[in-house]
Amino acid sequence: MNVQVIDRPAGASRDKSKLAIADCDIHPSPKSLPVEIYPFLSKRWQNHLETYGFIYRQGFPTGPAFQRGQPDAARRDAYPPNGGRPGSDLQYMREQHLDPNNVQLGILNPLRSGQGLQNADLAAAYCRAVNEWQVEEWTSKEVRLKASVMVNYEDAISSVAEIDHWAGNPNFAQILLLSRTAEPLGQRRYWPIYEAACRANLPIGVHAFGYGGTPVTGGGWPSYYIEEMVGHAENTQSLLTSMVFEGVFERFPNLKVILIEAGFAWLPALSWRLDKVWARNRSEIPHVTRPPSELIQAHIWLTTQPMEEPEPREHLRDIIEMIGWDRLLFATDYPHWDFDDPTRALPIQIDTATRERLFLNNALDLFSPRRTS
Amino acid sequence: MPKYVVASTMDIPPGARKLVEVRGRLIVIFNLNGEYFGLLNRCPHQGGSLCDGRLVGLIEAGSEPGEYSYSRAGEVVRCPWHGWEFDIRTGQSRCEPDRITSTQYQVAVETGEVVTNGPFFAETFDVSIEQEYVVIEV
Amino acid sequence: MRDTRSNDRVNDPEPDETLRSDADHLTTRRLPDSFALPINQPPTQPMKVPTAGAIDCDIHPSVPSIKALLPYMSDQWRDTIAQRGVHELETIAYPENAPLTARPDWRPVQGRPAADVATIQDQALEPFATSFAICNCLYGVQLLMGEDMAAAFAHAVNSWMVANFLDQDPRLRASIVIPTQDVNLAVAEIERRAEDQRFVSVLMLVMDENPLGRRVYWPIYAAAARYGLPICVHAGSAYKHPVTSVGWPSYYAEDYAAQAPAFHNLVSSLICEGVFAKFPDLKVVLAESGITWLPAHLWRLTKFWRGLRAEIPWVDKTPTEVAREHIRLTLQPVDAPADAKPLERIMDHFGSDDMVLFSTDYPHWQFDGDAALPDGMSVSLARKIMVENPKNTYPRLK
Repeated sequence: MNVQVIDRPAGASRDKSKLAIADCDIHPSPKSLPVEIYPFLSKRWQNHLETYGFIYRQGFPTGPAFQRGQPDAARRDAYPPNGGRPGSDLQYMREQHLDPNNVQLGILNPLRSGQGLQNADLAAAYCRAVNEWQVEEWTSKEVRLKASVMVNYEDAISSVAEIDHWAGNPNFAQILLLSRTAEPLGQRRYWPIYEAACRANLPIGVHAFGYGGTPVTGGGWPSYYIEEMVGHAENTQSLLTSMVFEGVFERFPNLKVILIEAGFAWLPALSWRLDKVWARNRSEIPHVTRPPSELIQAHIWLTTQPMEEPEPREHLRDIIEMIGWDRLLFATDYPHWDFDDPTRALPIQIDTATRERLFLNNALDLFSPRRTS
Repeated sequence: MPKYVVASTMDIPPGARKLVEVRGRLIVIFNLNGEYFGLLNRCPHQGGSLCDGRLVGLIEAGSEPGEYSYSRAGEVVRCPWHGWEFDIRTGQSRCEPDRITSTQYQVAVETGEVVTNGPFFAETFDVSIEQEYVVIEV
Repeated sequence: MRDTRSNDRVNDPEPDETLRSDADHLTTRRLPDSFALPINQPPTQPMKVPTAGAIDCDIHPSVPSIKALLPYMSDQWRDTIAQRGVHELETIAYPENAPLTARPDWRPVQGRPAADVATIQDQALEPFATSFAICNCLYGVQLLMGEDMAAAFAHAVNSWMVANFLDQDPRLRASIVIPTQDVNLAVAEIERRAEDQRFVSVLMLVMDENPLGRRVYWPIYAAAARYGLPICVHAGSAYKHPVTSVGWPSYYAEDYAAQAPAFHNLVSSLICEGVFAKFPDLKVVLAESGITWLPAHLWRLTKFWRGLRAEIPWVDKTPTEVAREHIRLTLQPVDAPADAKPLERIMDHFGSDDMVLFSTDYPHWQFDGDAALPDGMSVSLARKIMVENPKNTYPRLK
């Protein structure tokens, strides 16, 4: 058996007849902090950053704990010709991604945006700055793009203030958290964030990565980047488990959660496990009144990237059918190295209606209060 | 198979590469110390442009885990997207060389005189008999 | 990738497949005659495969109390344990009265479940008619902070296991409990026990102080490989770190749920850190992992490996292939819904019939009655799981 790849005829048009898509994970970067972010920060915090730098729950102030496979974890071909980091040039993003891939709706998920900074006041100020920056440099210039409300999720008070500040603003499509939190995301210190999200009628996106400080496995720190990368799925399973068993979805019945960039094929096995554990331990968690699989079905969406690639590829269809075609949101992760190309990432054949659902309409429905026309 | 003149050898010095289009196919020509190789500019995985990939060496296992052997600097191209590595000389992927390969094209160097006498196809080329040319079979 | 199943189907049609109309895409393989079906079974109905003769690869005798271990300790440790009032080493991984810890009908009126050989004979060996059962004792030796005390307890648990179980019933086998806190002491304990052929594997917990693939543990694997002992990695934690990568959870339910992600991490670790490159004959049995998570995890790991393999060049074939060769999983608990169809699909996703080993997980409450084999496994796969796979995994099981 050979590795199965969908063959596209050489030289075939890459964009003319393409279906429009929603890309639920695009990473914009500032060209530089002084030029694009400092204008939204007070002098105090500008001086603070110049003096003390970025202090997270990890040893390196700028680089990651695990050295990545590519610089900036970026596609090598995503560096703007005029300089700057990948994802820092709107015009180049249009030329390389939004136009040729016919992106109708793109959700911006800025990383390194103040989240996880140990200094809570700085983190809140930085999140606000990044939110202002997203509007100034991106969504006000490109109607296809929608921003995420960045919040310092380790501090619920400032997070709620930030959500309330942007509630109703049509530039924002979701609230963004990172997955590696200080404590499991179901715990009550985070509940005010969910309450504010429901009030603002915004879904919560949880993107893989972050700075929780605990080892990236329950058994300690691995040696290699590949183990950390793969482990984001396990990390996301743990936060989902926490949200289910803490009763978050009972308490916030309108809450919608999007799990971003953590894969999705693990979800059926996890749902089945949680159902069994729930059934066996009802007396411990009586606040969970429905089987976890039902709660997950009602409250959880997942982005598709990085798309699992089983062999034979048809096994992926089994998994998606178990999850439900309406629960997956297509995402490319542009401009990062594990980018999924919308024309080739889904390794199985599907009919046009299903394709439109997966690649576009699921996202439009989810973000419909802010639906682009 | 018809042969196409795609570049002067001076256009692709050692260590360099050039993207050419032949009969609708985008092909990247590499020069490894005077030897020329052509690969379809489309990663067999998701179609990343191999021309934009970094040239790296071959990292293989040493005698046991923790030991690395490094050889053939610059003879492997990494897809700019997902990092799949391809041997420029053979088109074989490093991860699964027997199963995953990048389409390879035969590349030769011909003198301007030979090229002028043909039969070769050249789409946008002025050929000078003093020079050498990279010729590809498609 | 060689698709052995389809080859077998062509060459070796298995008449028993007709017993389950929905099983034909699963495994087919000729089975020993001793596992022929009772002929009076209605041939078109789903049926329970009898477990008679099966090898139960995961049962859990309980240490009845710390007192039971004292006879197997030195005078110094006996005195120390009394002097310091050392507590029982039962752990939060299986709270004594939590429903999962012991099935209601396997729970004694007094004391710990499965704490003596007669109970195990009555509840585990006879009802399932197993030919062998492997005892994995989950006393909290690995949780201790001190290396020397851990070594003393490991030694005592193993000696207690010999005297109270292995010497009492010829069907019982055991895994060697080791003090992973100190690799040299762990190797010494393996060497002490290896001569006793009734110790068939080496026991570790899925969450230790370090990921188990790391080189600090390799002397353990070298010793295991030397003696033909697979490593049995069981659910559980040394609790040196939070059980999730996002911190300590609130509920026991989360702790138990977290075991499956921990096994994901373990598989990544063993493969990526090069354990199987270094020890090509080593097999690792994942006990009480939930099993259905494995295929999707290998898809993800293999996908990343294709781009990142230069970081770990000793992994020179797909992680999926490495796992099929080296990783085995005990059956219970089966994380699957009551409907058999999804499990059938997942078993197909394994791409191998060789990986799952029968277990009851006795006395943990994973199923009721004698339903140790879940619906959704074909008759032929069920039989392979029960005998052939365990025998191929544990060289000492003859």
